[in-house]
Amino acid sequence: MNNKEKLELAKWAVTQAKGFGADEAAVDVANSREIEIECRDQKIDKLQEATQNSMTVRIYTKGRYSGNTTNDLRKDSLSKFIEEAVAMTKYLGEDPYRSLPDSKYYAGLKDADLGICDNSYDEVSADQRVKIARDIETDTRERTDKIVSLTSYYGDGTYESVKVHSNGFEGTRRSTSFSAGVEVGITDGKGGRPSWWDWRTVRFFKDLPPISTYGEFAVERALDRIGQTKIESGAYDMIIENRARASLLGALEGPLSGRNLQQKNSCLDGKLGQKVFSDKLTVVDDPFMKGGLASRLYDDDGLPSRKRTIIEKGVLKEYLIDWYYSRKLGVEPTGGDTTNVTFELGTRSLDEMVKDMKKGILVTGFIGGNSNDTTGDFSFGIIGTYVEDGKLIKPVNEMNVSGNILQFWSSLVEVGNDPYTYSSLQRPTMYFKDVQFSGV
Amino acid sequence: MTRREFVKTGAKGVALVSLPFIFKVDPLAALTTPPAGSLNLNDYYTHFGVDEAIIKQVMAAALEKGGDYCDIFFEHSISNSIGLEDNLVNRAYSTVDFGVGIRVVEGDQTGYSFTEEITPEAMKLAAKTAANIANQAKNAPPKELVLHDSKDLYPVEQSWEDVGFDEIIPKLQQINDKVLSLDPRVVNSQIWFTSGTQYVLLATSDGRIVCDYRPMSRTFAQCIAEQEGRREENYHMIGGRFGLELYTPENIDTLAKEAVRRTIDLFQAVPMAGGEMEVVLAPGKAGILLHEAIGHGMEADYNRKGESIFADKIGKPVAQPFVSIVDDGTIPSYRGSINIDDEGNDTHKTYLVRDGILETYLHDYISAKHYGVKPTGNGRRQSFRYMPIPRMTNTYMLNGPHTKEEIIASVKKGLYAESFTNGEVNIGPGDFTFYLKSGYMIEDGKLTTPVKDVNLIGNGPDVLTKMVMVANDLEVEQSGGTCGKGGQWAPVTDGLPTTKVSSITVGSNA
Repeated sequence: MNNKEKLELAKWAVTQAKGFGADEAAVDVANSREIEIECRDQKIDKLQEATQNSMTVRIYTKGRYSGNTTNDLRKDSLSKFIEEAVAMTKYLGEDPYRSLPDSKYYAGLKDADLGICDNSYDEVSADQRVKIARDIETDTRERTDKIVSLTSYYGDGTYESVKVHSNGFEGTRRSTSFSAGVEVGITDGKGGRPSWWDWRTVRFFKDLPPISTYGEFAVERALDRIGQTKIESGAYDMIIENRARASLLGALEGPLSGRNLQQKNSCLDGKLGQKVFSDKLTVVDDPFMKGGLASRLYDDDGLPSRKRTIIEKGVLKEYLIDWYYSRKLGVEPTGGDTTNVTFELGTRSLDEMVKDMKKGILVTGFIGGNSNDTTGDFSFGIIGTYVEDGKLIKPVNEMNVSGNILQFWSSLVEVGNDPYTYSSLQRPTMYFKDVQFSGV
Repeated sequence: MTRREFVKTGAKGVALVSLPFIFKVDPLAALTTPPAGSLNLNDYYTHFGVDEAIIKQVMAAALEKGGDYCDIFFEHSISNSIGLEDNLVNRAYSTVDFGVGIRVVEGDQTGYSFTEEITPEAMKLAAKTAANIANQAKNAPPKELVLHDSKDLYPVEQSWEDVGFDEIIPKLQQINDKVLSLDPRVVNSQIWFTSGTQYVLLATSDGRIVCDYRPMSRTFAQCIAEQEGRREENYHMIGGRFGLELYTPENIDTLAKEAVRRTIDLFQAVPMAGGEMEVVLAPGKAGILLHEAIGHGMEADYNRKGESIFADKIGKPVAQPFVSIVDDGTIPSYRGSINIDDEGNDTHKTYLVRDGILETYLHDYISAKHYGVKPTGNGRRQSFRYMPIPRMTNTYMLNGPHTKEEIIASVKKGLYAESFTNGEVNIGPGDFTFYLKSGYMIEDGKLTTPVKDVNLIGNGPDVLTKMVMVANDLEVEQSGGTCGKGGQWAPVTDGLPTTKVSSITVGSNA
């Protein structure tokens, strides 16, 4: 089913829903095709092909609301499905805030090419896919004789979706993605099996990094882990490498959300317009980034995308408020989630920042942990390297970093010049002062 | 056929219906109340619109390039969630999923494909795609299909197909009213109810055919309270493989009381100094430590691939002689239980550690064959969209020789860890974490001040050896959690008796 056909089906479903008694309806129809290959010992360990369809029908009737998803897109099945969905919705409580967005908010939808769809997707052959996975494995294996486990990956997918609202919104999307990576475990000679991985996702096949990229990085990092140990608890300076999991950025997202604000469940409640973070922190949400992994022209509510500054030099400029919670809070909607998140960059690289570190920990990965949206308290496990006088001294693990996000993001003293581009969170390396680590 | 005519129709029929709640407004449907567990193989054949001949044709296509084995996994699942916010039951979500997954195995290699359209043509096409993994001249013909009888671990009294929406809403209101009434400091409450029903029909080329009906429900009560400008949030949940009978007045009462108690307690919580310390794990939920510290490392795929730190430790002592850890998929009505795994193998109580010795991995079909052992019934998949992989079910430690009182009394300065949210493990290095939502400090052998929001981190094999005291008060949390692995989610539970770990690194929020 192409997007034109999906659009027809979505409109038909909207009509059905209204026919069965819904006041308003929103319908999303999506399909995707994905291929995944895993290679081990020069053999394909896993070959998976997946083609899937779905329709989600959101019913609005006198303030009552339900969302209903099915993967059976035959019209006779759908008709029954929608009829039941409408009937079911009538049991729910009447919520005066629940409706489709006022149609005036749909205005301003751009028609730009976001560079997220590789039209030559169909030209990638089955042999090419397998060859990439195999070549990554071969390349990685040749890098050290310490390898005890090695799996390489290749995957790609093509995605299409349409959205139709009964009060006038219509949108379509098409995108592709290509990923490759490797995961490697080595022996440390003492029964330990340090491991590391490398994984890259891009929108165009031609943009996949060369074969040698993955193994080079993963093996080097795994070898660096040999002899890792925890060190004494205390306050240390911390550098978070750009590609480390964005645990501490993620901890900001919950408290920024309209739902948590409205539910009195956010430590950032009442802080709009205030300087709550370091003036080194400027965060911009950019939905129009060419080739961005989260680029889009409209959001889940059908509101047109807009580039926006969320934090400017430490001042909280905007919350993430979707249509429903904007009604509940009595404010204008801003968009309920972020897309490509970018930062105001500094001038120095990771290496230069490490050189100036007297005593601290370079964090290269996070493991587990969580944060509390209500209070801002957080605690995460870390993997990294102890640094003294600008030199990497030894690998550390089995330690936690803890604090409160308000305080933590105020202790940011430098932002690097190196955004990590293989993610929608394009964070650079960052330097923080006096962070509480727990170890021995 | 009963169970509301097996959700009304089959694949060949008009609708894959769908939203069980509505059946109550269908006057005809409302007249019948089908008994649970009454569907037979023919009902499943009818429902999925297949028969033995069609299945054999699909198998022949799957094995045409010479695979060793294939299986065909039909699934119809229906899930519903209903939410209460700001004192109003004001949102409901329903999902219907229907399809068939076809797997071909040659040696350790897997080809997988699925289709959402259960017609012979679509299934044969998917089978041919999966067949591409194989490349050998010989061709193992599928064996005669024989129905395999499985256990009946989750007989429900009132299955979700028979439960009207109007029966659930008042229960959510009751929970909410209770949460709000228990303490004047409670300012808000959110309640989430979910129910799920999964119908599975599985046929394997080695001649087994099984069917299973899997109910599930869980309700989560979140409480937000305020005291002198300070806000705290916590939650509690109940759940398992139940129908509506789970929601007794007693269970509703416990759910609300626990959610409030856990939240209000946090007002007394003070920041604590972190670092290595003695940690006493409360019975029940703290079993997440076992799940992360040893469970994942014992899943055979990680060992077959050489990733796990436990890969060369079978038969060796890994813990004190009073430590025994099992994975048990057979506890009636528990969230992690399954009558039969997603490869048609019976579930078992499997000892990972027996009397301190590492005993066996958790296997799926491929790893059992690789290691030349019997399957343990741990081959699970999230849905027909995924190939099965070894997964835990209900993982817990057996009772030990100590008592809770003597364990707490033995700690001079440490942490009593009571409730948790999430955990994670790095399989190779064995580092694992779990996040403490609430607990208490232990000072001079007594529980004192509440603590909260700290991460605990340790190394799997290391922590196993440091389990120095185990009490006789085993609890396994029935409502459990959801475990993510390889992009797939599976319902699991864990548990343990009160257990002392002599040293573990606790995050500091001082």
